[in-house]
Amino acid sequence: MTTFLRDTTTVFSREVKPSLREPVGLLFEMGQPLLFLFLFGSLLDGTVGSSWQWFVPGILVMMCLTGPLAAGYTLLVELIGGSMERMMVTPLNRTAMLVGRTMKEMIVLLVQAVLIILLALPLGFELHPVGVLTGLVQLVIFGVGLGSLSFVLAIKSAPGGTLFYIVSQSIMFPLLLCSGVLLPLDAAPAWLQTIGYANPVTYVVDAQRALFAGDLANLSVLYGTAAACAVAAVGLYLGNRAMRRGV
Amino acid sequence: MIHARGLTREFKVKKETVTAVAGIDLDVEAGQLVAFLGPNGAGKSTTLRMLTTLLPPTSGTATVAGHDVASHPAAVRLRIGYVGQKNSAGENFLVRDELVTQGRCYGLSIRDAAARADELLDLLDLRPLARRKPGTLSGGQRRRLDIALGLIHRPGLLFLDEPSTGLDPKSRADIWQHILRLRETFGTTLFLTTHYLEEADNMAERVVIIDGGRIIADGTAERLKNDLAGDHITITTSTEREARTAARIGDGTATGTTVRLQVPNAAAALPDYLRTLDGAGIKVTTAETARPTLDDVFLALTGRSLTDDDIPA
Ligand SMILES: Nc1ncnc2c1ncn2[C@@H]1O[C@H](COP(=O)(O)OP(=O)(O)O)[C@@H](O)[C@H]1O
Ligand SMILES: [Mg+2]
Repeated sequence: MTTFLRDTTTVFSREVKPSLREPVGLLFEMGQPLLFLFLFGSLLDGTVGSSWQWFVPGILVMMCLTGPLAAGYTLLVELIGGSMERMMVTPLNRTAMLVGRTMKEMIVLLVQAVLIILLALPLGFELHPVGVLTGLVQLVIFGVGLGSLSFVLAIKSAPGGTLFYIVSQSIMFPLLLCSGVLLPLDAAPAWLQTIGYANPVTYVVDAQRALFAGDLANLSVLYGTAAACAVAAVGLYLGNRAMRRGV
Repeated sequence: MIHARGLTREFKVKKETVTAVAGIDLDVEAGQLVAFLGPNGAGKSTTLRMLTTLLPPTSGTATVAGHDVASHPAAVRLRIGYVGQKNSAGENFLVRDELVTQGRCYGLSIRDAAARADELLDLLDLRPLARRKPGTLSGGQRRRLDIALGLIHRPGLLFLDEPSTGLDPKSRADIWQHILRLRETFGTTLFLTTHYLEEADNMAERVVIIDGGRIIADGTAERLKNDLAGDHITITTSTEREARTAARIGDGTATGTTVRLQVPNAAAALPDYLRTLDGAGIKVTTAETARPTLDDVFLALTGRSLTDDDIPA
């Protein structure tokens, strides 16, 4: 266990160093979500109650999808180059390679989430501390699962990489569209709503909105947590298996 | 140091089975410098990847640095270094940071890893590049960094996959100087692949030739050349017809006005041959003898030339 912790720290500190060296990069990564936030936020103002209350959780979920995808891409680049292979020849624990990388992604996600919340505060976003904290924990659980799945996809795509581009390009948009992240599903046609109910992201978004409104007792919180935990369990299982099998 | 028996690896490519390595037996003793020579696609990298625990063999066994690669990969990993065919450093990271990370991958403390990283920066003349990203280094500098990464835990056995491929002649010589110094200073056992004939010929004390996943020759370059290829005599005549006759007499081959024959001892055979040709009324304009190259060995064994394709896979 101690070597596992040591190895996880090794991987985590390797991954986090470039972000610490160039923290501006984090802001650039946030560019698109921020744009969406201010564009849609102002557009939707009034239609869904306080738009910021409705929109901030949605944007956080969106970052929770794009961040891990980018992490998978980074891993893919290292798999195609020789740096991953170089580390596979060392005694470094395979699970630690996965966990260390995921931990770094989650720290980045949390920093970005806090930044978004801070930016939204002066615009009229109402802070419910307990709900927000619970929401962030749920988001991290979901992100761990998505990150692992993205790593699995990267491993399966190496050394060509085409599979990764195809899947990531074709999955991102539908996942977002059919979840109510950007536009409320209530207003969508029935078929879209039906698809939405098969999408785990929908449950997480609903739960996030309830939590950010301070409504911890809402049933959607339970569903969302269940969806996040399920994705995390599947992701970690597959991710661990893929890493251990070697690349 | 290395003992492999019946090592085989197959890949499934679109429902077809590709046999990359077809049953290799190999023994390498401590302290040797072995060059694993073969054309592209011969199975060099695949063999190396099996010996370094990166790839499980389809069948066969290998004991490397005293441990079985399949049942005790962790023990093997602790004792070997590996410099892969591609560059080892991640693009987002600084040179020295990657060295420190590598040390920590082998369980060194932060302080020890940093000290070792600095040692290697000096050993491989990388000191001024410590705070650069790999993308800003030249090909030769990157290769030196790869070697430094493979040496971080002072392995007794180092595998290098095409360490000098794609480099300019000066960088190649420089990389070789570093490799040979390793051996002199630390007695490191070196097992490296190359498709450059001259390198295998000049640097290695033992050459193992692989083709189509099988080892087809194994020995010192000198012995391989004497046993398998022999010397060459090359003469030119004034007309093509004379060349054809000369080739028939000497049991050689004629191309244009050039005749080439293979003999056990060229220096001794040449005067006799010339006298015979003179007696047959053939006018020889030039004559020379040549020692065989490893390419002649490969040609004798496979009927193909190793230099036909020179692009690394
Ligand atoms: N991951 C892989 N999947 C499918 N085929 C492979 C893979 N790796 C190597 N091969 C095939 O195995 C053969 C040997 O390749 P390799 O060991 O890389 O040769 P070398 O290093 O001698 O150039 C080649 O035909 C190559 O196409
Ligand atoms: Mg190769």
